[in-house]
Amino acid sequence: MNSGDTAWVLMSSALVLLMTVPGLAFFYGGLVRRKNVLSILMQCFIILCVISLQWVLFGYSLAFGPDFHGLIGNLNWAGLNGVGALPNKDYAATIPHSVFMIFQMMFAVITPALIIGAYAERVKFPAFLLFTILWATFVYDPLAHWVWGTGGWLKNLGALDFAGGIVVHVSSGISALILALLLGKRVGYNHKPIRPHNLPFTVLGGALLWFGWFGFNAGSALAADGIAANAFITTNTATAAAGLTWALIEWWHNGSPTILGTVTGAVAGLVAITPACGFVNPVNAIFIGIIVATVCYLAVAVIKGKIGYDDSLDAFGVHGVGGTVGTIATGLFAEKAVNAAGNNGLLFGNAHQLYVQSLSLLVAVAFAVVMTFIIFKIVDALVGMRVEEKNEIVGLDLTQQSEAAYTVIE
Amino acid sequence: MKLIIAIIQPHKLDAVKAELENVDVNLMTVTNVLGQGRQKGHTEIYRGAKEAGGLLNKVRLDIAVNEDFVEPTIKAITKGAHTGDVGDGKIFVVDLAECIRISSGERGGDAIG
Repeated sequence: MNSGDTAWVLMSSALVLLMTVPGLAFFYGGLVRRKNVLSILMQCFIILCVISLQWVLFGYSLAFGPDFHGLIGNLNWAGLNGVGALPNKDYAATIPHSVFMIFQMMFAVITPALIIGAYAERVKFPAFLLFTILWATFVYDPLAHWVWGTGGWLKNLGALDFAGGIVVHVSSGISALILALLLGKRVGYNHKPIRPHNLPFTVLGGALLWFGWFGFNAGSALAADGIAANAFITTNTATAAAGLTWALIEWWHNGSPTILGTVTGAVAGLVAITPACGFVNPVNAIFIGIIVATVCYLAVAVIKGKIGYDDSLDAFGVHGVGGTVGTIATGLFAEKAVNAAGNNGLLFGNAHQLYVQSLSLLVAVAFAVVMTFIIFKIVDALVGMRVEEKNEIVGLDLTQQSEAAYTVIE
Repeated sequence: MKLIIAIIQPHKLDAVKAELENVDVNLMTVTNVLGQGRQKGHTEIYRGAKEAGGLLNKVRLDIAVNEDFVEPTIKAITKGAHTGDVGDGKIFVVDLAECIRISSGERGGDAIG
């Protein structure tokens, strides 16, 4: 047991909570129209409530509990039975098991919240709630077990995912794309501009995401040590490179660098460095930042328009694509000189790592696609996923939450 | 009595107000409005998606005057708001049927100034 490690991981857990509320809530909230901002804040906030409870009751046990054939944890740790002050040597030898559990809880919270970006402004609240609980239980928990759980089959294969590129960002981003395709476009998507109603909120939220991400990535070292410091530095470096790259591309392509583009690039950088941060050096983090900003810009500004799906706030374009770039980049840039517990990537003579990363990626994508499709169909049949057209036009704040964010006359 | 409605560039409001004061026109109602004329709207870019047709910010002045103030008011607004480019705005003049000052109950030309 190490009190420094324990303090750092507890602090990091609070930082990751900050990413969901208010970070992601305001990042997304500013991007929607004024009639839907409360629906976004409500969705983020209630996910924090619901998944916190799911995690304590059975989610943590499914994801990290004693292994069942490499596929899922059993329910021995349901209700946090046996998850207490003593360390679990398999996960983190120097901090209480309960501290590891609460840190992981915050990851389980933010992952379904990321998907909100794909279905924003057009789902019924009960459908959202049911989808979230089912998705967390049948997509997130198994996938976390495969990649991070003791006995998980992708972990045994040697996949490297320092802080959740596959488990958090690829899983949520791919599911977001499937939802956007199944739900269809928002009313009026092709006919009139759908403008962000409050970009300062989005910048505020994006900056809080950057801040909280230090807990997400450096906290994933599960110790206050040199690996955590490396993750902290690569996180900041890749994010800076990605934000600047996006602004420069826009400047060249459209004539002006925008703050929305710069923040979006920074978030893409945060996503891509997530799986890699504990395994790569700071200079290679710059390359990862440049690559992910370029690829995500293409996905969001060029390809999305050509294919024509309505990923409202680019949950797929940033998290799905960025997570994919980061997972592959980990297979290229990882080096044992940075982290002896990791492995070398292709550029350091180990082509096998790139193969393992690609395989894990494909598995996660396939799993997320199939499961999200099934869960969507179940929820749609039970309560109907999409709001009526009239309610969509009036806005979700009034029709789903019965409140309004802004008054026109006192 | 006439009601003069002027749509001008927002950055010309101070200049127009100064010109109106010079001709002793001090009563007006000012509102922020959106609109587009011959210059069309402007283009906004969100994550690479160009969205043309955004309405432009304009300022609207509503000024009620007696007949002998109509031409000076028009001249003052024109002088203050003129740049010579499209987008400078427009002035509309309409007949005003009645004017009542609420505080005193005065009507017509006495109430207007």
